Amino acid sequence: MNTPLPPITSSPHGHQGGDTAVLMRRVIYALLPAIAGYVWYFGWGIVINILIAVVAALLAEAAILRLRGRPVAPSLGDGSAALTAVLLAFALPPLAPWWLPTIGALFAIVFAKQLYGGLGHNPFNPAMAGYVLLLISFPREMTSWLPPTTVSEYFPGLRDTLGYVFFGHLPHGLSLDAVTAATPLDTVRSAVGIDAALDELRQTSPLFGMAGGHGWTTVNALLLLGGAWLLWQRIITWHVPVAMLGTLFGLALLFWLFDPQHNPTPLFHLFSGAAILGAFFIATDPVSGATTPRGRLLFGAGCGALTFVIRTWGGYPDGVAFSVLLMNMAAPLLDHYSRPRIYGHPRRRPRR
Amino acid sequence: MYAAIIVLTVMGAGLGLGLGYAARVFRVEADPIVERIAAKLPGSQCGQCGYPGCAPAAEAIAKGEAAVTCCPPGGLVLAEQLAEIMGVELDRSAVRDADPGIAWVEESICIGCVKCLRVCPTDAIVGAPKMIHAVLPEACSGCTKCIDICPTEALRMRPIEVTLRTWRWHRPEGETRPEAAHV
Amino acid sequence: MFRLFGIRGGVHPEEHKHPTASRPIETLPLPERLCVPLAQHIGAPAEAVVKIGQRVLRGQLIGSGQGRVSAPVHAPASGKVVAVDDLPAPHPSGLPVLSVVIEPDGAQDDADHPVPSDPLAMAPEAIADFVSRAGIVGLGGAAFPSAVKLNLGLSGGAHTLIINGGECEPYLTCDDRLMRERAEAVIDGVRIMRHASGAEVALIGIEDNKPSAIEAMRQAAAGDDAVQVVAVPTRYPMGSEKQMVQALTGREIPAGKLSAQLGVVLHNVGTAYAVHRALRQGRPLVSRIVTVGGGAVREPRNFEVPIGTPLKALFDACGGFAETPDRVLMGGPMMGQWMPSLEVPVVKGTSGVIALTAAEVRKHPVQPCIRCSRCVEACPVGLLPLEMASRIRKSDYDAAGKLGLTDCIACGSCSWVCPSNIPLVHFFNFAKGELVARRAAEERTSGLRELAEKRQVRLEKEARIKAEKAAQRKRERQARAEAKAAAEREAKKQAREEQKQEEEA
Repeated sequence: MNTPLPPITSSPHGHQGGDTAVLMRRVIYALLPAIAGYVWYFGWGIVINILIAVVAALLAEAAILRLRGRPVAPSLGDGSAALTAVLLAFALPPLAPWWLPTIGALFAIVFAKQLYGGLGHNPFNPAMAGYVLLLISFPREMTSWLPPTTVSEYFPGLRDTLGYVFFGHLPHGLSLDAVTAATPLDTVRSAVGIDAALDELRQTSPLFGMAGGHGWTTVNALLLLGGAWLLWQRIITWHVPVAMLGTLFGLALLFWLFDPQHNPTPLFHLFSGAAILGAFFIATDPVSGATTPRGRLLFGAGCGALTFVIRTWGGYPDGVAFSVLLMNMAAPLLDHYSRPRIYGHPRRRPRR
Repeated sequence: MYAAIIVLTVMGAGLGLGLGYAARVFRVEADPIVERIAAKLPGSQCGQCGYPGCAPAAEAIAKGEAAVTCCPPGGLVLAEQLAEIMGVELDRSAVRDADPGIAWVEESICIGCVKCLRVCPTDAIVGAPKMIHAVLPEACSGCTKCIDICPTEALRMRPIEVTLRTWRWHRPEGETRPEAAHV
Repeated sequence: MFRLFGIRGGVHPEEHKHPTASRPIETLPLPERLCVPLAQHIGAPAEAVVKIGQRVLRGQLIGSGQGRVSAPVHAPASGKVVAVDDLPAPHPSGLPVLSVVIEPDGAQDDADHPVPSDPLAMAPEAIADFVSRAGIVGLGGAAFPSAVKLNLGLSGGAHTLIINGGECEPYLTCDDRLMRERAEAVIDGVRIMRHASGAEVALIGIEDNKPSAIEAMRQAAAGDDAVQVVAVPTRYPMGSEKQMVQALTGREIPAGKLSAQLGVVLHNVGTAYAVHRALRQGRPLVSRIVTVGGGAVREPRNFEVPIGTPLKALFDACGGFAETPDRVLMGGPMMGQWMPSLEVPVVKGTSGVIALTAAEVRKHPVQPCIRCSRCVEACPVGLLPLEMASRIRKSDYDAAGKLGLTDCIACGSCSWVCPSNIPLVHFFNFAKGELVARRAAEERTSGLRELAEKRQVRLEKEARIKAEKAAQRKRERQARAEAKAAAEREAKKQAREEQKQEEEA
């Protein structure tokens, strides 16, 4: 029709309310208790990381949108860049030089998100892409974790942290090596590497707490709380978290029952590292994940299985980031082969 | 050393022979693209594309000499189909008019010369000498041959009228066609 | 307890039903003019059978149905026909539709329509014929001629008649009030329809947010095992045909088929009431109950409205607008159509007229799709709205079709939940139109090609005949010439012979 477009639109003439910015904001809210717990156990580093990453991400987003000739304000307002930055910062070691979150956030926004077409078009989870870039490029900085304050006399205060982040030195002549320690996952990894028995390790190392490690268990429990809230708010569906944690738990249980001396307990798998963060906050990223219910179950199960595989036999102590990125690649295929049956159509396989 | 040379030579020769054989055995006989294109064209031989008829136009399109958007009576739909057959990106802005329109007779000026009847490729004009002619809208291909030949300019083109039955929803507001979005 | 089956997806929009649900149905004063479109139903439009200036009685035939799928139109009031003209249709396009304009004289003289003594003793076909002549169409909104459906049920051996009292659209309460106030009449209509469609049992499905209606209908149907009132869960789009059939029978209508395929026919409660009026009181379908609602209306209420009443008259009777409406809809907010003006008339399929404020519409700027797949969860048909929309954006309508575009019932659940406020249903309506237009264009092109080929054949034949004629003429000419030459030769010969003879002599 060549007539000018009438202003009339099709039904429905109403909306549930809310927009994507609300979703993004609520995901950030759900992280708040865990961030508080993190500060309690590991100092102010995470807060500074988050601030640096958010600023870098927003600046990068604005610059790229400008270059692409797209309106800047609505895209910044949708909160997606901020959420990416927060998730990335959450995955970084708490005591990190300022350029670490900056590079990660820039890469996540510029390369993993905007160069693919911006929000909704990125095939990979931007936060995890940024994290993996940092992990591969800066292995020393990315593995310098702090022990929880409950087992270490040293608690990095705000001033100490800022000093390290921006000037690279710690007060009192402390060296970084002196204050950092291996994470429980690191410890287990190297223990399995030298064929040591885990029971012994658990008794000797002060890092191990109830399920995961000291501090880590609490932070993960708080993440679980936030995740449950997201489920209750219907921001995410149960499919991915249940499938991912279920698969991880199931595989871990199987191997632990088979050889408890050389395999950590299933609970340890769930409550250490990024399993819960990944299951509720990372793998549930809608843009890069599967969209059908069955696809999401497979997506989650794949993430869980790959995480277990990488933790057990891979070169890195944790595998959540890699497994999410690998499953991102599989998401379009999962979607294609898990289309729901349409009303009134017989059950059949999709064409082509 | 010699063994490697011999093996690689034999392999190369064997594969080359295989390829040559396959090229002969599985050769595509005629050029079906011309026929497929010809089957889609309106067949009204109107010549608006600049070729003497639809068959030469089909050949030209198949060779890539003519654009897939060269047929005004076919409109956007035909252009899309041809683009798919040819496997080319369709430049929608090159389609002159999505709605080809149809001819109608301004009855007060028609002198009943029957010239238009003779040129109409689809026999869409009815009439007799010295009688006012009329266009059957459903048979008109929009080729405009009659417009050019009418001595009194009684024949004109107008867009096909939209009725409640043919009305369609427009593209959602603010949604331009993708070509326009990625300039 | 009746066994219910689940439906997929669905949403829970705010109901907004209370302003009108508590008020009894009122009668609207006759407007000054009634514009009765001749195409108010699916199928061929009716043809006008009245002349300008003619006086018509209420219920008198003014447009006769054309063909098998069509419905006649009757005068909604007694008065004078002042025009038969193209007037804006109650349609988003505002395109004209041929309408009969009547100026009511207020006498309300009824045309005489005979009433069968006992409809339940009539042959089913005869009832369908009655229903057809009364101009009854589906009053739920689709406006499919009801008699055609009844006959489909009969010929298809239907075992179940489903009466749809779902009324899942927000704001609308016309069916609710009808069932509460006129349950006896509705149940009577249901009994007649059950008989006419040959079904063993009639199930009346009512959403459980209408307890009073359920109670009233149960009482009216008490003691009749063949008529059961079933409370169905309140979840939009329960009142859609496919979902109601699924909830009550557990079976799905096969794609592209009618419910009669399953031995099920489905009618609206309003239709049952219209059938009762036609067969018991001899009243064709000339009025219906309409909800006038929406936040912009001062005093929302339900009216019994003569067909052809302009929307403006309805809003005026409600005290006008409390604030300027953002849009005026015919039907509910989920599937209703935006009306181009207040001059368009109420038609047989008008269940409600809703004036929404901007706050109720909650129009937000469109954001990019984040693939959250809430639309997938909400879709009651099992489609992937986000995937279809992305194909349509790229103008790949065939790909959208392969994803099930034609199975979309346009219920609006996906757009309702979309956090990016993407007008998904608008995309689907647009693409459905494109697919139809494309098919039409293809058919047209192939028809034209056929015409052009026929012309070629004709031209060749003409040329051949012409050539043959020319050849014949040539032959004749030659023959003539030869004959002439021969005659001349003969003459010469004769002359020579004569000369010879003369010489000899």
